[in-house]
Amino acid sequence: MKRLMNRHPGSIGRVFLTLLPFLLVVLAYAIASDIRLSENPSDKLLPSLTSIGSAVERMAFEPSKRSGDYLLWVDTLASLQRLAWGVGISALLGLVVGIANGVIPYVRANLSPFVTALSLIPPMAILPILFIVFGLGELSKVVLIVVGTAPFIIRDLQSRVLEIPSEQLIKAQTLGASTWQVILRVVLPQILPRLLDAVRLSLGASWLFLIAAEAIAATDGLGYRIFLVRRYLAMDVILPYVAWITLLAFIMDYALRKVSIKLYPWFHGLSKQGTAA
Amino acid sequence: MSFIEAKALWKEYGDNTVLERVSVSVEEGEFITIVGASGCGKTTFLKMLLGIETPSRGELLLNGRPLPDEPDSDRGIVFQKYSVFPHLTTLENVLIAKEFPKAGLTGRLFGKRRKAALAEATEALQAVGLEHALDKFPAELSGGMQQRLAIAQSLINQPKILLLDEPFGALDPGIRADMHQLTLELWRKTGITVFMITHDLTEGFYLGTRLWVFDKVRDDPHSPDAYGATITYDIPVGECDHRTLQKLEGSLGGDKENTEQRQQDEQVTTV
Ligand SMILES: Nc1ncnc2c1ncn2[C@@H]1O[C@H](COP(=O)(O)OP(=O)(O)OP(=O)(O)O)[C@@H](O)[C@H]1O
Ligand SMILES: [Mg+2]
Repeated sequence: MKRLMNRHPGSIGRVFLTLLPFLLVVLAYAIASDIRLSENPSDKLLPSLTSIGSAVERMAFEPSKRSGDYLLWVDTLASLQRLAWGVGISALLGLVVGIANGVIPYVRANLSPFVTALSLIPPMAILPILFIVFGLGELSKVVLIVVGTAPFIIRDLQSRVLEIPSEQLIKAQTLGASTWQVILRVVLPQILPRLLDAVRLSLGASWLFLIAAEAIAATDGLGYRIFLVRRYLAMDVILPYVAWITLLAFIMDYALRKVSIKLYPWFHGLSKQGTAA
Repeated sequence: MSFIEAKALWKEYGDNTVLERVSVSVEEGEFITIVGASGCGKTTFLKMLLGIETPSRGELLLNGRPLPDEPDSDRGIVFQKYSVFPHLTTLENVLIAKEFPKAGLTGRLFGKRRKAALAEATEALQAVGLEHALDKFPAELSGGMQQRLAIAQSLINQPKILLLDEPFGALDPGIRADMHQLTLELWRKTGITVFMITHDLTEGFYLGTRLWVFDKVRDDPHSPDAYGATITYDIPVGECDHRTLQKLEGSLGGDKENTEQRQQDEQVTTV
């Protein structure tokens, strides 16, 4: 008999093992909800799966009585827009400042300690300042995401640039490259897959800051809705919203990984055709 | 005036004297192999030739002028590893060398100029036997193939000097012999000046035209860092250098002697 560490599940077994914990959680929830509801039919804490289902139908597929909007989609669109702006600006800042810090000693001496200091500011502590300065609109929410994630991405990419073997940078110079060409042809293409990794890792934080900002001041958005219906203990709305946010985050993470494999096969040890090297 | 000249060269890192009183001159077209104990300063010497380290004292001259203190396209280098770009295919790795000096802001060549560069890159890869691996990433190549790629890449812009820092140290003996053959061939063809560090004395002895041994002449057992190494042996080996060979071939004229000379060369260099 092989050691346990050397035994691998087959493809059907793998799917089963993957789904199992999810199914168990749903099952446990259904049982617990059943027990509570049989004791007190008006209990709001663990609504039955059917009432969650009808809440989803109400939020996603029926126009709201007050505004006529399909609330789930309006909220999703609003949140995703804020997230995209925030993450996009952070990624761009991270790329530009991270590479400049990594490649050019003068910029590094100038900016690196500053970025480190910035990254130590707790972003939530300056949220009131953002609301005061940028108002309660979209801008302050996007800025919160940027403040919360850009320093991390910058610092990560800077150290990734510094990890590129100096042999490569010297080699490029012996081939006649200028600083700009080294950045463009040697550093940037090797940093882009690392940027995707850094963005993946910072997505959790981006969602956190988004929902926090929406909870405090917004008129739509996934975070806004969750905190709004909390007043009525509407667990039947909160739970599917949380599941939906989780699913969205998962899809983003998965898509970023696929994009990285597609665009940067060498980074994943694959050949140009995408087969294992 | 010599092509390269070191005048009383010293290199110190803080209290650690690595090299001392290195005085030597090198003519164009020589193939110099360098041996010496680990940590005695061979790489340091190469780094000074490359321009990424500066002498603490003394002078290092190229055609009578101080060597530029940053790497440039006159001096090619092949390191023991990390010499090629992992994100580019074999062909792109050589193509980029053609693009750097010519391309401006975009860092790329387009149209006709790109085509010409591609053809030249393909030819250079044929010369090192990599024509079947044009589309592969370095990670897909064996160690020997990666070093052949690194050599093709270094030579394509026709530098005046080629610096090799134990380029074949990590390879199997059989493959290493092939690589030596290839290096010699390219050296003969281009007339480039080669400095090659090796940790194998016999290797150094049969390759190239001149062998340097780096060693300490003074040693203080109580403070091992006090004195540096210098060139203790400077031996002409194998054959005459490229220039002299050409001169000989030219003056001899007769085919018979000419071939004899060649055969002698081959014998000495392929042992
Ligand atoms: N950047 C540096 N700072 C301080 N000391 C250094 C530096 N680079 C090299 N040295 C020291 O210089 C000495 C010579 O190093 P070098 O790399 O030139 O040796 P080497 O002859 O190439 O050895 P090996 O055969 O192991 O490659 C060593 O003692 C090393 O510790
Ligand atoms: Mg060395």
